[in-house]
Amino acid sequence: MARKKIMFKDAINEAMRLEMERDESVIILGLDVAGSAGTEQERDSWGGVLGVTKGLYPLFPDRVIDTPISESAYVGAAVGASACGMRAVGELMFSDFMGVCFDQLYNQAAKFRYMFGGKAVTPVTIRTMIGAGFSAAAQHSQSPYSMFAHVPGLKSIIPSNPYDAKGLLAASIEDDDPCVFFEHKALYTMKGDVPEEHYTIPLGEANVVQEGKDVTIVALARMVQFAEKAAKKLAKDGIECTIIDPRTISPMDWNTIYSSVEKTGRLVVVDESYDLCGVASDICGHVSQNVFGALKAAPQMVTAPFTPTPFAANLEAAYLPDAKKIEAAIRKTME
Amino acid sequence: MKTQLSKEDLLKAYRKMREIREFEDRVHVEFAKGTLPGFVHLYSGEEAVAVGVCEHLNDKDRIASTHRGHGHCIAKGVELEGMMAEIYGKKTGTCGGKGGSMHIADLDKGMMGANGIVGAGPPLIAGASLASKLRKDGSVGVVFFGDGASNQGTNFESMNLAVTLDLPMIFVLENNGYAESTSPKYSAKVGSENIADRARGFGMPAVTVDGNDFFAVYEAAGEAIERARKGGGPTFIECKTMRYFGHFEGDAQTYRPKNEVKDARANDCPLKRFADAVTSAGLVDAAEIEAVDKEVLAQVEQAVKDAENAPQPDLDALMNDVYVSY
Repeated sequence: MARKKIMFKDAINEAMRLEMERDESVIILGLDVAGSAGTEQERDSWGGVLGVTKGLYPLFPDRVIDTPISESAYVGAAVGASACGMRAVGELMFSDFMGVCFDQLYNQAAKFRYMFGGKAVTPVTIRTMIGAGFSAAAQHSQSPYSMFAHVPGLKSIIPSNPYDAKGLLAASIEDDDPCVFFEHKALYTMKGDVPEEHYTIPLGEANVVQEGKDVTIVALARMVQFAEKAAKKLAKDGIECTIIDPRTISPMDWNTIYSSVEKTGRLVVVDESYDLCGVASDICGHVSQNVFGALKAAPQMVTAPFTPTPFAANLEAAYLPDAKKIEAAIRKTME
Repeated sequence: MKTQLSKEDLLKAYRKMREIREFEDRVHVEFAKGTLPGFVHLYSGEEAVAVGVCEHLNDKDRIASTHRGHGHCIAKGVELEGMMAEIYGKKTGTCGGKGGSMHIADLDKGMMGANGIVGAGPPLIAGASLASKLRKDGSVGVVFFGDGASNQGTNFESMNLAVTLDLPMIFVLENNGYAESTSPKYSAKVGSENIADRARGFGMPAVTVDGNDFFAVYEAAGEAIERARKGGGPTFIECKTMRYFGHFEGDAQTYRPKNEVKDARANDCPLKRFADAVTSAGLVDAAEIEAVDKEVLAQVEQAVKDAENAPQPDLDALMNDVYVSY
């Protein structure tokens, strides 16, 4: 069904609204997810710090629940409620704040099912923002999803466009396992075609953004746009790129990546996070182990340098991967 | 009015409060022009808390601050010129442009940093206070935090730790009525209007004071800090105050009553109250207050100019100072 393009953040809002309409057990918990609780003003003043949940409180006043600034308590409560028949969506604002409440996800939600002999179901989803580019400095700019992907029992979802955001969030909420849903803050205003009706995108299925015979680029979240830019430039020189957006990093769609590398023989992985123990090194490692014979050149990683995110605009620009750095890495595989 | 403070002390305290107000009001204006990067959270309206406490402290005493940290920095003696340059992301900034508004720190001044994580300060100052206690140097630790952070587990755990270890630590709660947009009436129901009542349950002295009254804060902090220096353990001080701007710059503040800030600026401004009290008691001349206002205005004006003209950090700075050695 065609309609005008909507923004990434509105696609996320729409996914939550539809899930709440479909299923009464879906609840939203977080700081200011409605806003102005306890004041004399009308509720729904904020809808989350960037307005992503705005408009949901008037529709579902009992199920959009403002909490104190107590991340351990409310993320843990989302986990606990989900283990007791609810399907909670916790909003953690910035993923940097995960440090405050990490135990509730990595020791609790992630392990219930396994530890309890397969008897527990914890269909919790935690939404949280990632990404640099706003001079928000070292505690509001990180992309720490590899820490979550490292934990068996959690699923890690990282959409790169409005269509995927809606379908992947719906799938995450409907999924019976704990999901951590990472939203890049630079994508919130990105517009795209999004059907009005409910749909889901399976977790663990990569999106092949474009196909080309020479190089496979794997990119996540905002990096997909940068990869497209680099690929466009290289196309003028006759270098044809495949771009794969894994969309979820746990589960990872290895087959799509392997079969692409088998065709192109070259791999460049672009990640806004770090190379050490990160998604990029992990993909390079898996490809090297499993389709080594297909490789015509050493796999390349384009990542942030191993530093916290700097505040100053010029340093932050140097810190972030961009189309130029991706182009250079691709050319290196072509040497 | 009664006060032990000399005229010199009074003018010094007033100057600090004026520096904070002028600094913050100016950052508000500059941010609206779009010239400042990142997120900023302003302290205007809460000056009496930071200054009322920090006037008792020296460079050996440690404080930890919040995302709304500029006021604490200035009160603790961090130079506002470096702070302004830091907020502009310049090489001459207090942290070389690498931290920005939310991470200004000056360890030589005992300022352990503004902080991007709500509730991160109390455990850090428990540690600073433990170091003070073990070194037996008479220094104390002070943590500033908001009504929002008062609901963090880190705060509860730190209160218990401070009592358990008998730490020379002061918890200064700045209750400005809003955790972002949520009222403590919703998020911190304590059976009374005072969040300080919780602290008493942990076994430490706890008071609630008018945080817009410099002298009330100064007196409560003085008593608490003296007790801590003498080995008498932690104290909790709740200061009822108000922020004049939004949670962050750009916040439309639809959760606030229309005239709340206007009324507060007119009737409950900590600077006006201070100036009225000391001039009507004949302790300071109105002309001396005005002279401070003018000097500070010029100082902030110059700080902005210098920050605008300062160079960006060198690109090498990106890779520096991740570790001491690696």
